[in-house]
Amino acid sequence: MTNKPELLVTAASLEESAALLDAGADALLIGDDRFGMRLAGHFSLEDTAAVVEMAHARGCKVYAGLGGLMSNRLLDELPAYVKAIGELGVDGVEFGDPAVLTTVKKEAPVMNLHWNAEMTSTNYATANYWGRKGATRVVLARELNMDEMTEMVPLLEVEAQVQVHGMTNIYHSKRKLVESYMSHQGRPSEGGSLGKERGLFLIEAERDDQKFPIYEDENGTHIMSSEDICILEDLHILMAAGVQSFKIEGLLKSTAYNVEVVKTYRKAIDLYVADPEGYSFQEDWMEAIRTLQDPERELSFGFFYKEQVY
Amino acid sequence: MGTMTKPQYKGKRYRLDKPELLAPAGNLEKLKFAVHYGADAVYIGGQKYGLRSGADNFSFEEMREGVEFAKKYGAKVFVATNIYAHNEDVAGIEEYLRNLYEAGIAAIIVADPVIVDTARRLVPGLEVHLSTQQSTLNWQAVSFWKEEGLPRVVLGRETSLEEIAEIKKHVDIEIESFIHGAMCSSYSGRCVLSNHFTDRDSNRGGCCQSCRWKYDLFEDARPEGTWVSEEDQAEAEAQSPAPLIPGVTQIPLHQQGDNPFSMGSKDLCMLESIPELIEVGIDSFKIEGRMKSIHYVATVVNAYRKAIDAYMADPEGYELKQEWLDELNKAANRPLNTGFFHDTPDHEDHIYEPEEKAAPYDFAGLVLEYDADSGMALIQQRNHFKPGQEVEFFGPNDTFFKQTVAELWDEAGNPLDAARHPLQRVRMKVDQPVAYFDMMRKRKF
Repeated sequence: MTNKPELLVTAASLEESAALLDAGADALLIGDDRFGMRLAGHFSLEDTAAVVEMAHARGCKVYAGLGGLMSNRLLDELPAYVKAIGELGVDGVEFGDPAVLTTVKKEAPVMNLHWNAEMTSTNYATANYWGRKGATRVVLARELNMDEMTEMVPLLEVEAQVQVHGMTNIYHSKRKLVESYMSHQGRPSEGGSLGKERGLFLIEAERDDQKFPIYEDENGTHIMSSEDICILEDLHILMAAGVQSFKIEGLLKSTAYNVEVVKTYRKAIDLYVADPEGYSFQEDWMEAIRTLQDPERELSFGFFYKEQVY
Repeated sequence: MGTMTKPQYKGKRYRLDKPELLAPAGNLEKLKFAVHYGADAVYIGGQKYGLRSGADNFSFEEMREGVEFAKKYGAKVFVATNIYAHNEDVAGIEEYLRNLYEAGIAAIIVADPVIVDTARRLVPGLEVHLSTQQSTLNWQAVSFWKEEGLPRVVLGRETSLEEIAEIKKHVDIEIESFIHGAMCSSYSGRCVLSNHFTDRDSNRGGCCQSCRWKYDLFEDARPEGTWVSEEDQAEAEAQSPAPLIPGVTQIPLHQQGDNPFSMGSKDLCMLESIPELIEVGIDSFKIEGRMKSIHYVATVVNAYRKAIDAYMADPEGYELKQEWLDELNKAANRPLNTGFFHDTPDHEDHIYEPEEKAAPYDFAGLVLEYDADSGMALIQQRNHFKPGQEVEFFGPNDTFFKQTVAELWDEAGNPLDAARHPLQRVRMKVDQPVAYFDMMRKRKF
C-alpha cells in the first residue's frame, strides 16, 4: 500500500475551513496577518481554536503560516503567539525566518516546523540543513521543475511539500508601490483600499494577455503570477516520487472554487493510492475546475516543465 | 537624531575602530582601482555560484593576483558566492570553496545555508558573511547566524538606522550595510519576475531587471469577479463604490499623459549620513556595483574614503563637503535617495520617468608617470580626448583640478591632434602635480 500523501489547502475563514474539510482536505493552512505572509485570511486565536477543534475532530491537521520576514518589533509579540497556538494544538508552523524557528523550539517545541522560504527553497541539501535545525518538512520553491523535484525527494531527510494548484507570489517589496504610484500621478488613494479585495492588476507593456494581480498589506506590496498552477494531470508523477504533501493555494479565490479544486485532487489522490498501477488521469476531472476558473487566468504547469537559464 | 540612543557595545572583538569601506570589483583592473582609491576590502565574483553571471568574473589565478595586490595596501578580498543553489549546484561546492581559500580569499558572502554549512565544516579559516539575499531584518535572526559561526551579517536593505542600532545592541557581531548604489526594490531573493518573464533565474544570477520595465495598472471591473470571496467582494464594493459597468472588464488607473507604473527604485546614497552610520555601529559600508565602470568605482570609493577619514580624524569638527557630493553625481547613473535608513521609500524614491541611464562623465585617461621638473605627464588613453577640451584630474590623494587639454605628443615626441586609440600613451603638460594612477575625466553631456 502506497503511503497516502496529505492534501493541504489554505483557508480564509472559519466557514471556508469547514467547507474545505468537507470537500476532503487533510490539512489547513491558516495564520495571523501579523506573522504570516500572503495568508488567504486572518485568524484570531479564537478562530484558530475553533479550526483546530473542527479539524482534529476529523483527524485532520492545522498548520499556521508564520512565513513573514520578522522585524525587531514583531519579535516582542512572537513568543506569546507561538505559545498560544501551541497550546491550542496547532500541529505545525511554516517558517522562513530563523527567528521563528528559534521561538517555536523555545515556546512550543511540540509543533512541527515546516521550512518555507518560498522562492529560495531550491535544493535538498539546504532542506536537510534546516532538518538538522529541527524542521520536519520543506516546502519546495515553485520555480523548480519536475525533474528537480523528483530527484530531490529520495535525498531529503525531511518531508516534501509541493504546491500543485493556484497562484504564486513572484515579487515582494516592503515598499508601498501602488500608493507611491498613485501619489506620483497626483491621485493618492486617500485611504481607499489597495488590498486583496480591490482587484488590482498589472499588465506589462509587451505582454498584454497576462494580468498580474498586485496588492498591498502591512508587509508591503505583493505581485502574483498571471497563471494558476494546475498539476492535476501529472499528479501521479509526484505521488510516485513520494512527495508527502500537496498544497492548494486558495489565495484570491472564492470558496466555491477552492472546494471544487480540493474535491478534484481528493479524488485523484484516493484513486491513485487505492491502485497506483491502474491509475490514470481522466480529462473530465478538469471540467469542474475549468467552469469556475477565471477565464483571464490560464491553468498551467508553472515551472514544472520549464528549463531556466542564468 | 531624535529618540535614538547611541548603541552600547558589549565587547571590542567585533567592533572595528573605523568602519570598513567595501567596494565592488568586477574584474582585476577594477579591483586595483578600488583598492588604490581607498577601499579597505573588495568583493568579487568567481566563475561559479555568484549572482552576476553577466560580469567578467575572476578565475582562481586572477583571484590570487588580486589578493596579492590588495595585500600591499592592507586590503582584503571577499568573494560573492551568493546564489540560491539548486540540486545540481551542490556537488561542486566543496571543491570551489577549497580553491577560494587556497587563493587567499578572506571571506565569502553567502545566501544559501548549504554553502554556509559546507564552508564552516570544510574550510573554517574562510570567513562566512551572510548575504543581503537572506533579507535578515531582526536581531534574533542575526543571533541565529552568529551561533552558526558567522562573524558578519549583511542586513536586508529594508532595515532602518534605528533597527540596526537595536540589532547591534542585542548581538555582538559585525554588521555590513549597503550605503551606495543600485537597489532591488523587492526584498532581495524574493523576486522571480525574471523567471516568469524570460525564464532567467534571478536567484542564480540571471536577473533581467524586469522591475525596471514599464507596466500599466488596472482594477478588475467584472460584475462577477469570481476570484474574490463573496465576503471580500461585498467589502470591496462597500469601500470603493466604483460603478461596475456591464461589458467593461477592467478600469485603467492611469490617464493620458501619466507615466507608466514601475517598481524601479532610485539608487542609494548615504554620503550625507556618514556620522550617523558610524555612530550606529555599522562595521562595513558596502558599495554596490560589480558591473559598474572603473570611473564609477574610483569616484565613489574616493568620495566615501574622504568623508569617512574626515569624520574619524575629527568627529566634532566634521562637515560634509559639497565637493564630495558633486563627485558622486559625476558617476551617478540614476537619481539618488536614502533607501530605508530614515523612512520607508515613497513616490519620490521611485523612477517613473524614462531613464537616462548614463553617467555624465567618462574616464578619459590614466596617469602613468609624472615629471615634476617639466610638469609633463604620461597618460594612457581610456576614451577619446583632444587639445582644447576641458578635463578634470582626480586621485586618491589630493589631486583634484580642472584644466584644458594642451598640446599632445606621442612617446617619440611627435605632436598629436587627438588621443584616438585605446590605451595609447600620450604626453601632455598638466597644470598641477599628478601621481601614478590618478585619473583624468571629461564631461560627456
